[in-house]
Amino acid sequence: MTQRIISAPIVTPETEHFWQAAQQGRFLLRRCTACHETHWYPRAICPFCLGDTVWQEHPGAGTIYSWTVMRREAAPFAMGYVALDDGPTMLADFTGIEFDRLKIGMRVKLAWSDTVNGAKMPSFTGG
Amino acid sequence: MTIKNRAYIMGAYEHPTRKAPDKSTAQLHAECARGALADAGLTKDDVDGYFCAGDAPGMGPLSMAEYMDLRLRHVDATDIGGSSYLMLVSHAAQAIAAGKCSVALITLAGRPRSEKPRAPNPMQPEAPWEWPYGIATLNAYALCAQRHMYEYGTTSEQLAWIKVAASHHAQHNPHAMLRDVVTVQDVLASPMVADPLHRMDCCVVSDGGGALIVTSPEVARSLKRPRVSVIGAGESVKHTMGGRVDLTYSAARVSGPIAFAEAGVTQADIQYASIYDSFTITVLMQLEDLGFCEKGQGGRFVADGNLISGVGRLPFNTDGGGLCNNHPANRGGITKIIEAVRQLRGEAHPAVQVPNCNLALAHGTGGLLGTRHGSATLILERQS
Ligand SMILES: [Zn+2]
Repeated sequence: MTQRIISAPIVTPETEHFWQAAQQGRFLLRRCTACHETHWYPRAICPFCLGDTVWQEHPGAGTIYSWTVMRREAAPFAMGYVALDDGPTMLADFTGIEFDRLKIGMRVKLAWSDTVNGAKMPSFTGG
Repeated sequence: MTIKNRAYIMGAYEHPTRKAPDKSTAQLHAECARGALADAGLTKDDVDGYFCAGDAPGMGPLSMAEYMDLRLRHVDATDIGGSSYLMLVSHAAQAIAAGKCSVALITLAGRPRSEKPRAPNPMQPEAPWEWPYGIATLNAYALCAQRHMYEYGTTSEQLAWIKVAASHHAQHNPHAMLRDVVTVQDVLASPMVADPLHRMDCCVVSDGGGALIVTSPEVARSLKRPRVSVIGAGESVKHTMGGRVDLTYSAARVSGPIAFAEAGVTQADIQYASIYDSFTITVLMQLEDLGFCEKGQGGRFVADGNLISGVGRLPFNTDGGGLCNNHPANRGGITKIIEAVRQLRGEAHPAVQVPNCNLALAHGTGGLLGTRHGSATLILERQS
């Protein structure tokens, strides 16, 4: 099977710090200073109340909310939504889990994936 | 202000091509415009409002108005993907009701089989968090199907019935890309492309297009074609809600009730429905969210041929839909309206024509159901 290499993250001024922390293996969410909710994907402005937000580390554990496998690619891959513990639900890919083990409700944990330029993208693997 | 009975669909045209390597996208738009104007019995110089969306080449209404030398006093190019054209009928009706134009032209055309897709903008805010994972139309819808099965026990067999119904209709459409009648077993035997969706759960990819003419009541009365009144319309948008993701429903839950309330009719009154069918799961979720059945009961509702004209309770997509007929520019919104207009005029194929069809619904989902999407609902009535 062809090894799938994830394309490099797109870095913007709003999220540059996320990618710097990712290089050090730290997974960050944005939390609102007004309503204290965390959200995904990270924004400088809280989507729930338009308040200001700050970075906050998350342990990166959660459960699969939904999943699929793209079967017809040169390198078939699994991806889906992960509901983070006490946090938002985020899109990501699944690595190191046999496709036939994937199921909704499965425990998963963060596993950083290398990308084409050496930057790290959050992926999830079996918990 | 209501749009009810303030505007009429008087021209409709579906381009017969399904592959157009020798034409430009602008040319296809103009050919569709010419067809719809001829159908209405109007000329280009009657058009004073133009409506298009993201498939229009160049700078949308500016490029296309110049290409066709339209002299306009109203334009609208709001893009909510494949559902744009249902919404644009509503916007055209609003503009006509407000006196901003009296003959509105709406066009869609594209050549996904013949040209490379336009590169999406990497600066769109969600891009960094989705593109590296290989998000695509197919897997975004598959994620919805997977969750729907988990929550409600929906089965692949039930989804397959939607394709089976579409194929029963497509056999009568000489322009349809896929005219073979298929069975539930055929769908289940087709390759798994993105769990739990099989290849036959997916729509076709086609070049082509379509156009509509929406007019004021005064213009409509001067024309010879049957009058199709826009009596209700709703639109909405749904997305990942800051990470409070819920894949079990679509924005039809908002757009549908708005349209039904404006029209003053109920689901039981609808004799024919055009339902956007990018994938079988798209149809199933929209039928639930539009209130044709209870949430979670979509699988039971579509099974056993219930969507087949002359067989089931709710004839749908009698042209074969996106699953079998065409999906021009990867946007099926306009063909949904065109087939509803055919039904209300009594001009559908006799094998699929709903007898005395006076009330129809057309609904579209644009964008990705599993991330962010638009919904637009139209309720249309034949008036003699
Ligand atoms: Zn907030």
